Parts: sequence; C-alpha cells; structure tokens
Amino acid sequence: MSDMSEMSEIAVASSGRGVKFRPVTQDSSFARYTLIATAVLFLALFLFAPLAIVFVEAFSKGIGHFLTAFDDPDARAAIRLTLLVAAIAVPANLVFGLAASWSIAKFSFPGKSVLITLIDLPFSVSPVVAGLVYVLVFGGQGLFGPWLAAHGVQIIFAVPGIVLATIFVTFPFVARELIPLMEEQGKIEEEAALTLGASGFKTFLTVTLPNIKWGLLYGVLLCNARAMGEFGAVSVVSGHIRGLTNTIPLQVEILYNEYNNVAAFALAVLLAGLALVTLGLKTFLEWRHADALFGRARRH
Amino acid sequence: MDALAATEGSKRGTSIRIEGVEQDFGAFPALRDVSLHIQPGELVALLGPSGSGKTTLLRVIAGLNSPDRGRILFDGENATNLPVQDRHVGMVFQNYALFKHMTVADNIGYGLRVRPRRTRPSRAAIKARVTELLQFVQLDGLGGRYPAQLSGGQRQRVALARALAIEPRVLLLDEPFGALDARVRKDLRRWLRDIHKQTGLTTVFVTHDQDEAMELADRVVVLNEGRIEQIGTPEELYDRPASPFVISFVGEAVALPVTISDGHVTFGGRELHIDTHGLRSGPARVFFRPADIAVAAEGSGDLEGRVESLRRTPAGVRATIAIDGYDQTLEIDSPLERSASLGGRVPLSLAKARIFPADENGDYVNAGDGI
Repeated sequence: MSDMSEMSEIAVASSGRGVKFRPVTQDSSFARYTLIATAVLFLALFLFAPLAIVFVEAFSKGIGHFLTAFDDPDARAAIRLTLLVAAIAVPANLVFGLAASWSIAKFSFPGKSVLITLIDLPFSVSPVVAGLVYVLVFGGQGLFGPWLAAHGVQIIFAVPGIVLATIFVTFPFVARELIPLMEEQGKIEEEAALTLGASGFKTFLTVTLPNIKWGLLYGVLLCNARAMGEFGAVSVVSGHIRGLTNTIPLQVEILYNEYNNVAAFALAVLLAGLALVTLGLKTFLEWRHADALFGRARRH
Repeated sequence: MDALAATEGSKRGTSIRIEGVEQDFGAFPALRDVSLHIQPGELVALLGPSGSGKTTLLRVIAGLNSPDRGRILFDGENATNLPVQDRHVGMVFQNYALFKHMTVADNIGYGLRVRPRRTRPSRAAIKARVTELLQFVQLDGLGGRYPAQLSGGQRQRVALARALAIEPRVLLLDEPFGALDARVRKDLRRWLRDIHKQTGLTTVFVTHDQDEAMELADRVVVLNEGRIEQIGTPEELYDRPASPFVISFVGEAVALPVTISDGHVTFGGRELHIDTHGLRSGPARVFFRPADIAVAAEGSGDLEGRVESLRRTPAGVRATIAIDGYDQTLEIDSPLERSASLGGRVPLSLAKARIFPADENGDYVNAGDGI
C-alpha cells in the first residue's frame, strides 16, 4: 500500500512540473476504453437485458396479476419444496465442504489429488447425467430399486431424490471456496492453539472457524443460490408431480409451456431476486471481509 | 513482577530426556537415533542447517510430531504418548502464529480461556494475568491492538507472553529471531536471556545462526542430517569440535586434504607437525581456523604460500595468501615488521589444527587432537 501512495506522489510531483507521466505498465487510453466498452456491452446484452425482461414480463399485467400467481397452491408448494430442499442440501454441503477442505488442506494422505478431482466432478458433468445416475441407482428398475420398494422407501420421483440430486450438483461450492483458503492459512495457528491446551474441537471453533468464516459464508451463499435454482438434475429425478415434486425452476418451466407467462415470470422473479440478494450479500461480504483484513492495519 | 511469581512453581525447571528418537518422513529420515538430556533450567540451542532435523526435534519435544521410535521423558516421566495439550509446553512458533482475529490481550489469555471449566480461572483473574504478562513483555497498553498492528519484535513478545501464560513446564522457541532485522535481533537476544534467568524455565530454541546459539545457550546441540554431531558448551564446540561438520559449521574453517603414514602427516609433500597418536594411516583432513595460521619466521613453518594482495589495517597488514596445493586463498593478519612483499613467498605456521582421518567409507570421523 505504501508503494501505491509513493507512486501517486511521484505522479503528482511530475505532473506539477508539467511532465506527462504514464506508468510503463499502462496501455494507451484507446486500448483501455475499447476493452472496457466491450466488457460493458457484453454484460448489458447478455446479463442486464434478460434480467430486466424477467421483471418487466412479471409485472406486465400489473401488480395484481403478479400477486395472484402466488395464490396458486401448486406455486406455493413449489416454493415450500425449494426451501425444504435448500434447507437440507446446504447444511449437508456445509458439513461435507468443511470436512473435505479440512482433510485436504491440513493432512497429507494417499489419493488426495483424486479427492480434489472428484470434488470438481459435479462442475464438469452435465446435471442431467447426475440425475440419470440417481435414477439408475435408486429408481424402480435401478440397482437398489427393488430393495427400496420392498421396504416402502421411494427416492426417485419424490423429495429424497430431489434432495440427493441437489446435494450432488452443489457439493463443490463450499469445499472449493475453503480449500485454497485453508491451504493458504496452513495449520500453524491450530498447532499454537493445541500447545496452549485447546482441544481439537475448541481449536476448530475458536481458531479455524473465525479464520474461514467469510469464505465459508461466501461458499454457502453460492451453494444456496445453486441449490434453489438447479433445474437439470432435479428435472430428471422429480417426475414433475404438481404440488408434490415441483421445485420453483420446474414450476416455472411448466407455467411457461402452458403460455402462462405472467405466472411463470412471477416465479422467475423469485429466483432472479434470490440471485440479486446473493450478489448483494456477496459484495457486502467482500467489502466487510476486506475491511476486516486491511482496515485494522490501516488504522495503525 | 507477579507474572514471574506465577511461574515460580516451575522455578527449578523440568528436565527433558530424549532417548533414541527417530522419525522418518516417507523415505527421508528426519531424525536418526537422537539422544539428549537437558538439565532443569538449562538454556539449550538446537543448531544446524536447514533440513538437519532441528525443528522436527523441537516439535517432537512439544508433542506436535510423534516419533516413530524412541522416548521423551519430562522429569523422568514418560511423555512420549502424552497429547500436546497435556504437555504444558510453551511454544513460540517461527512466524509467531498469533491468532490474527484476536486482540493481543485475547491472544495472551487464550490458553487460560480454553481450559475446561473446572480449572479455568475467572474472567477477572485472566484479565489480571494478561495485564501482568503485557507488563512483563513491555507491551503495556497494547492489549487492544491486533497482531497486524504490531512490529515484528512486538509480535515476538506477544507470542512469548502467550506461551508463558499457561505456566509451561518448558519453553520451546522455533527460530525465535529468524524473521527480525539485525538490530532487533540483538536486543531480543539479550532480552530472551533475561527472561530465561527470571523464569528459570528449561528452554530449548532452534536456530541456524551459530552466533545466536553460541551467544545465548548454555549448551549447543549441533544437528546434521537428522543426527546429533556434538553436544557441548560454546567453548567445547569452538575448542574441541567433534567432527569436520562441526568445525566447518561453527565458525570458519580451512580444510586441507592430507595423508597420514607411519605417524607423519604430509600435505603436498611437506610434513605438518601434527600429533597423530592413535590415528590410522591413510587419507585424512586437517581443519584449522583462519585465525590459527600466521606468518612464520624465515626458514620455519608448516606450510608455504604466495602473497596475492596486501592491505593496511590499524594493527598491521592483512595479506591474502594462496597456500601451495590448496585452491582457496586465506586472509591472514600479521604485524607490520613481518610483512611480506606482494607476490613473494611466505612460510606459514599453524598454531592449532584438528585432524580427522577417513574411515572405511571415506567419511572423515573421529577427531584427532591436532597440534
């Protein structure tokens, strides 16, 4: 930071003497503005415009029509189911993400790189494939299907299947966020806590967790957004039973296919709103996080 | 100085006995048959180059590593399988490992706060103890700061206060001055010596800096490739180094390849007057310190060299001399009256040297007495 202030001082001093000063690493202004304009144009075309259209369509027949979309019991069931699925999948991935990143960052064991690769699998495999895999394993004709049916447990075309599929597609989020963070922090502070007499669990609560809390929250936010918005994998295992196994994204698709645009976009507004809230929180966290990291040092 | 009174219970210090400790990291042996007895209240340095196993040994004592073989005893009690939490060691880590998200006061009080309810002091007692320790390490009034707001030397003191807060049985420091600049290092050395005197704690510190080890420690343990090369007082290490490694690592040394035959030592055809009593014939190495070689009177001397350059010093002349048969030059101080001329040949005499004959494997081992 002191380098930066020195830089600007030099810049001020030299411009005061009428010397044109340009850092050697800076491109010409033409190149800079062209790049910025391209980026902004892309964002406007592919992100802002669609997002705006979601809201415009939802409110196209007035706020009354928008609100009646939520009176529909099927829509309400979809919202409830989405919340339920997220409420199970997110904590599950929180625990998994903590365990995985802890073991990867703090221990060395054979097969560590394989584990890291496996965690990335949901990122690289199509969600539809993930859904199909669950059908093959737990479905009626699947591997455990007959056994499950005999015991009266239904997974596919029911809530458990949706939860499983959601956990599958979201499980890299928390782990991916935490692994680099924990690796960078090492285990030296934890070791210090242990020598001071803290138990393993107390060390985790008082030393590890405070050090990773922003990263953890960040991962949980992204995980939640994806859990609520997941379509592909859930679509395969859900069975699309109205009022029972439709999540918000599935309900949006059904309504849209029925040309019920206002209702479809009204529900879509929920998802878009969720995205905006996530984005807002994320920005807020980054700002707070930066403050916690650098703010104290600046006050020195 | 109540902070000191609190450690009064351990005033006599704890003895540490290390018996045949070995540790392997994969195929790489980090510690090989290390045995060491540290007296109560002693200040011991573990000295060695990086990769010598000194930090591993410190971590084994702390309980952060468990050795593959061997035992650790604290005051005669086997502590080998004692978990790190129950060893009551005060550990100061290389980069201090302060808790970044806690204030200085919270860092120092941590070891007291995490105790189980039964043995945990009251809030007020913890606060009082933290205040005492802050005073003790001369950081009064800085309890509310965060580690990021402190200088390196101050962080070092916080780390020490935090380690002392738990009333440790032994104090372990890993490269305590490694990350500090030279001036702060000097101050902190003296300060650590004082702390050791005041607390009476058995203290072990790791360093790669031989000056630091020699200046601070009662005894120095020289480690190389996971083995103890020598344990001794600074005087013993300087005067009676037990191996070529020790003589080269502890101070500067010149090594000459020589041959022993029938009790005579020859180097490049010249005989060196070195006592070879009880040494086997064959190849050997003679080690001496640059300070132990001097320009001799004409016609005498063990070695001969050529004067490469001359420089005036307050006391006399510093000559750079190339010894015949040795590929490096030496700087030798000599009084004015014996000064030689540039390019001229001078006889040199050895005041003190040590000879290490080669063993069956070609390693230079057991020390001869030398001159």
